[in-house]
Amino acid sequence: MGLDTGDTAWVLISAALVLFMTPGLALFYGGMVRSKHVLGMLMQNIFAMGIISVLWSAVGYSLAFGGSGRFIGDFSLAFLNGADGITGTIPTMAFVAFQMMFAVITPALITGATADRLKFASYAVLIAAWALLVYFPVARWVWNSNGWIFQMGALDFAGGAAIHINAGIAALAVVLVIGNRIGHGSEPMPPHNLPTTILGTGILWFGWMGFNAGSALAANGVAAQAVVNTHLAAAAGMLGWLIAERKQAGHATTLGAASGAVAGLVAITPCAGFVGGASPLIIGAVAGALCYLALGIKARLKLDDSLDVIAVHLVGGIIGTVLLGLFADTGVNDGGADGLFYGGGVELLVDQVIAAVSVLIYSFVVTYVIAKVIDRTMGLRVDSNDERAGLDQSQHSESAYQA
Amino acid sequence: MRLVTAVIKPFKLDEVKDALKAIGVTGMTATEVRGFGRQGGHTETYRGAEYKIDFVPKVRLELVVDDAQVDEVVDTIASTAATDKIGDGKIWVTAVDRIVRIRTGEEGSAAI
Repeated sequence: MGLDTGDTAWVLISAALVLFMTPGLALFYGGMVRSKHVLGMLMQNIFAMGIISVLWSAVGYSLAFGGSGRFIGDFSLAFLNGADGITGTIPTMAFVAFQMMFAVITPALITGATADRLKFASYAVLIAAWALLVYFPVARWVWNSNGWIFQMGALDFAGGAAIHINAGIAALAVVLVIGNRIGHGSEPMPPHNLPTTILGTGILWFGWMGFNAGSALAANGVAAQAVVNTHLAAAAGMLGWLIAERKQAGHATTLGAASGAVAGLVAITPCAGFVGGASPLIIGAVAGALCYLALGIKARLKLDDSLDVIAVHLVGGIIGTVLLGLFADTGVNDGGADGLFYGGGVELLVDQVIAAVSVLIYSFVVTYVIAKVIDRTMGLRVDSNDERAGLDQSQHSESAYQA
Repeated sequence: MRLVTAVIKPFKLDEVKDALKAIGVTGMTATEVRGFGRQGGHTETYRGAEYKIDFVPKVRLELVVDDAQVDEVVDTIASTAATDKIGDGKIWVTAVDRIVRIRTGEEGSAAI
């Protein structure tokens, strides 16, 4: 196979689409926090575009895709030296760029759970360490042909396990270390600007086309199927969430529509290039409804997962990763496998569960240790005066809105 | 001279302003405020969590008027701001000792 210009163009565009998701995520989260913390939230997200990109070029790509190890790469491609060949039908550098944007957004997902209380410098160390010790290895396992999960035969088209389960369970670990926001459960903390959240949702939805369909690494039928699957799962996710919400809480809310769409997008992520027909509708709708019901988990655990990273990303990621074991269809993508409903037996389903559980345990343990070490040394959480004043003033000496 | 202060529903502000202009009032100050009385607050739901919003948005209107016009102003505000539902607000009148127009230095009725 030589270089294909159409494939190359699509992957390069997809890299830009995925990049755009991180500021989208910033707005999605930023609208949901109180106004004194909105810059703190935006900053944590866009800062990932800075630090993780640098780390990715220095060692991240090499650790994820260099060498031949099953669990981690090596430093042979450090600073992208030697990454100038061809991968499949695209320049390796296009793959480097596309995967870089995945590395950027994944740690940023955690910030929704830890909203309003992380010390900025400690956050910087946290996500740098997390990328090095958690994300780069897990990306290796799942996406590199030497990786053990890849070799086992589990499928993860665009990151159900590698990104959403990974970041979702990491969010839980960090929240366990830092504790709940001051006033959690006793004072109202409503979103300060839902229109901003809706704008962020639109950007995420848009960018997710590149996230999922770009993962075909080609401009072909699988990519087209992934675009349709992605969109349909978001649509069905919105409806699933709204129906559950309307039945249980009495109103179909704007935030619910946005959250349901994102839940559907999360769940279709591992499945996007492996399923077809009505499967994306089922996967999206199930994710929308179950992620809504999963909101109750944090209340039961008395845990301040502030913007519901666990309910949306962890639960949505698990739903997508496991349902792929049922709905995968080689009629859609002969590079995949058949799930239980398509004559493949339980083999893929078992592999999917093993992949999900492995990422979950590894990420939880390592993230907890990282967070604990930072907390003991430099302190991970702001002091109570800084928290009450808001991250905008205390961490960045800025205000989002002038009176 | 009297200071008339009215706390009204925000969407009634323009109607009240027009009615007051129609009876010859030449100026007033409006401030966005929050408060609660018998109306109490309301609940909002975000991702299944209910929040009680105690303070509801209101507009506070302040205007200084001549003694002779006080009753007409109060009655006009009362009739224009009314929706006959709970939460229409209140009007109260207080004495004003002195009033100065900053630009000209005029005092008393001339400064209104």
